[in-house]
Amino acid sequence: MSKTILTVDDSRTMRDMLRLALVDAGFNVVQAEDGVHGLEVLAGETPDVIVTDINMPRMDGYGFIEGVRADARCRAIPILVLTTESSAEKKMRARDAGATGWIVKPFNPEKLVEAIRRVAA
Amino acid sequence: MDPMAEIKATFFQECEEQLAELESGLLAMEGGDTESETVNAVFRAVHSVKGGAGAFGLEDLVHFAHIFETTLDEVRSNRLPASDAVVKALLRSADVLADLVRAARDGGAVDQARCDVCAAELSALTGIEESDAGDDGMGEIDFQPMQMAPLDLDFDAEAPAEEPAPEPASWTLRFKPRPELYAKANETVLLLRELARLGEVEVELDAGDLPLLPHLDPEGAYLSWTVRIRGDATEADLREVFEFVDADCELDVQAIGLDGEPMELANAELDIAALISLAQSAGEETAPPQAEAPVAALEPIAEAEEPAAVIPAAMAANSVEDRRVEDRRGGEDRRGEAKPGGVAQAAPTIRVDLDRVDRLIDLVGELVINQAMLAQRVNEAGLARASNVAGGLDELEQLTREIQDSVMAIRAQPVKSVFQRMPRLVRELASITGKQVRLLTEGEGTEVDKTVIERLTDPLTHMIRNAIDHGLETPEKRIAAGKNPEGTCKLSAAHRSGRIVIEVADDGGGINRERVKQIAIDKGLIPAEAALTDEEIDNLIFLPGFSTASTISDISGRGVGMDVVKRSIQDLGGRISITSRPGLGSTFSMSLPLTLAVLDGMVVTAGQQTLVAPLTSIIETLQPKRSDVHGLGGGARVISIRGSYVPLVDVGLSLGYRAEPLDSEQGVALLIEGEGGTRAVLLVDAIQGQRQVVIKSLEANYRRVPGIAAATILGDGRVALILDIDALVAASRTAEAPRLLQAG
Repeated sequence: MSKTILTVDDSRTMRDMLRLALVDAGFNVVQAEDGVHGLEVLAGETPDVIVTDINMPRMDGYGFIEGVRADARCRAIPILVLTTESSAEKKMRARDAGATGWIVKPFNPEKLVEAIRRVAA
Repeated sequence: MDPMAEIKATFFQECEEQLAELESGLLAMEGGDTESETVNAVFRAVHSVKGGAGAFGLEDLVHFAHIFETTLDEVRSNRLPASDAVVKALLRSADVLADLVRAARDGGAVDQARCDVCAAELSALTGIEESDAGDDGMGEIDFQPMQMAPLDLDFDAEAPAEEPAPEPASWTLRFKPRPELYAKANETVLLLRELARLGEVEVELDAGDLPLLPHLDPEGAYLSWTVRIRGDATEADLREVFEFVDADCELDVQAIGLDGEPMELANAELDIAALISLAQSAGEETAPPQAEAPVAALEPIAEAEEPAAVIPAAMAANSVEDRRVEDRRGGEDRRGEAKPGGVAQAAPTIRVDLDRVDRLIDLVGELVINQAMLAQRVNEAGLARASNVAGGLDELEQLTREIQDSVMAIRAQPVKSVFQRMPRLVRELASITGKQVRLLTEGEGTEVDKTVIERLTDPLTHMIRNAIDHGLETPEKRIAAGKNPEGTCKLSAAHRSGRIVIEVADDGGGINRERVKQIAIDKGLIPAEAALTDEEIDNLIFLPGFSTASTISDISGRGVGMDVVKRSIQDLGGRISITSRPGLGSTFSMSLPLTLAVLDGMVVTAGQQTLVAPLTSIIETLQPKRSDVHGLGGGARVISIRGSYVPLVDVGLSLGYRAEPLDSEQGVALLIEGEGGTRAVLLVDAIQGQRQVVIKSLEANYRRVPGIAAATILGDGRVALILDIDALVAASRTAEAPRLLQAG
């Protein structure tokens, strides 16, 4: 059974790129446009891995991760953060919020799939 | 289309939206909006552009966006106050960013000097050197998404440079996770799996810290592992495996030489491959959440002292099935498309190909015609008004009208998209002319058909140029006149009786009528002795060949005069008028139809032909008395209506349907108001009725005919021409002096 990945990103370009890369790699893809939408999607889906952006309207990535980790059903889902910054400070902050790992943008499909493989059981 | 090319197209589309968002956010900040959400939205817009640009390798764009973003981040975190000067610099940067995006999209060149100046200005604001831009890792790799070397190669390439010494053949790792590691959904077994990819591994579990059940915290972490790896993995490779978890575990990596002492392996020596196969078989069961993996470790403790079983149990969370590529394109969930990107709290929208909407509009047009035909057939069949068929037909008409309105609403867009381009224009004009200008906009949400919007930009741009270049005075003159040195240019839109009215108003000096008249006389546009009303003088600026600037300025003098503006407005079925008060300013007012697809018309007969007159132009209809009509010579006639004389236009004669003028008592007169409020009376043979007609372009299907705006298909299936009233009236007065027909 192929794995389901939830991507949360407000940019349509980024969502399309994520979808293309993930579908090509054989994943099921579910998408959301911001943190609030992401939590809504999670109410009906249990993805194997979540990939989320940080800067988003309504609810940013940090808030979204905290929301996921606060939910007993979803808190064990690995979450990868998409970040343009490779700075240690940004990574720390994502990690403090409960992120499992991160992908530095711009990503290529190999890098993305590799990161997902590393955290997906 | 190639999927990447498609995504790139999406990116540029999205950029346009982000740029619009950026500009409106910055303008709000300029207006004193200090909401953190506004600043955040502005930051996000630039951030998004940068992110996408990085993915497509648009280095110039990434570079500038990064500097811009850095500055915005300072503003966002209140380290840099959003003062007037800062916001102005940000606005200029937004313009540069827009240029860069367009250059990236259309392949044009950008004004590099301007970019550099702007980037330097931003850097100066933050005090952060431009060269710092590289520290976000954007510069390190080529961004071609599909053509990257696999991850492993990067490290192979890097590691020898760092550690030229031969790598030891064997490593020992000691690894003790902390509870946080599990709380973040990291999983030991996955880390072990990664290690197993690097070489031959031996894993030893140390369960010595595991407390008895009553003392066990289900979310605690009690286990630790020792792993020995043989193979040519480098230390960097090993550390890389623990990249995500190094803050949440104790990790010790030790090299063992080829002749090094083999490790003392205790009772539980495991082969990782066996572990994985065990986990795979366990994977089918319902998995406990991984964060609670230590709980699963209870099982072996309770049953038997067999630590080896701990690991499979802990791994049972999910199948350790390796990355198996199955093509599941069909299974993707489309819910992500249901909402627009980046707009908080917006109603859900979908994107539809414009062609589909146009097709729908065409079909609805056909439906309207068909409904009209049906009505006519029923009427001809002589059915009673009260019959079921007639009742049903009324309902059909109602529904058709509603469908039509709804379909038209799909094409309707707020004028915001056009208004949004104007602040930049105003800024540029202000800096070129040295005038201080404040642009106010009103009614940005007013909706109008997309076609109208698309064709609105050029006339509006020119009108604003005109208002700033000719209308507003220099700050010195304004101060001398006792005005605020900063001039105001107001752009507003509103719906008024089925049309959209767009006004460009300035608080400048108003039209200098003496000068306008003198220029018109000098250019031979009017006779020197002509006595004109103020309104007529104002309207002279719409005459072809008129330009009030004594020297052709850089701004207005681009080969476009107000006559072109007027023509393009008229082509849209609109009217333009001016009101001007000396010393107080001028207002240009455009009135446009909401749609170019349908029209409420009055169906009339002239010389055996069925014609349609746009209802919006008609003020009243009347039965002329012969005594009211006066001949003026040259075939021209005027009609006296309530004491004022209005030119009479014989439609049949003007269009050449008849050779002899129609006797005014035989016809019906339509009093119409044309552009600029000029009135005229159209004389036709008879009025057939009033109905909504679907506009079919005559120009596209046949050719342009003077005096005819378009065509339509009537209920009986015949083609009827739609009158271009302004052109008809204008044609009838060309022979005479304008004043003569304006009598009264």
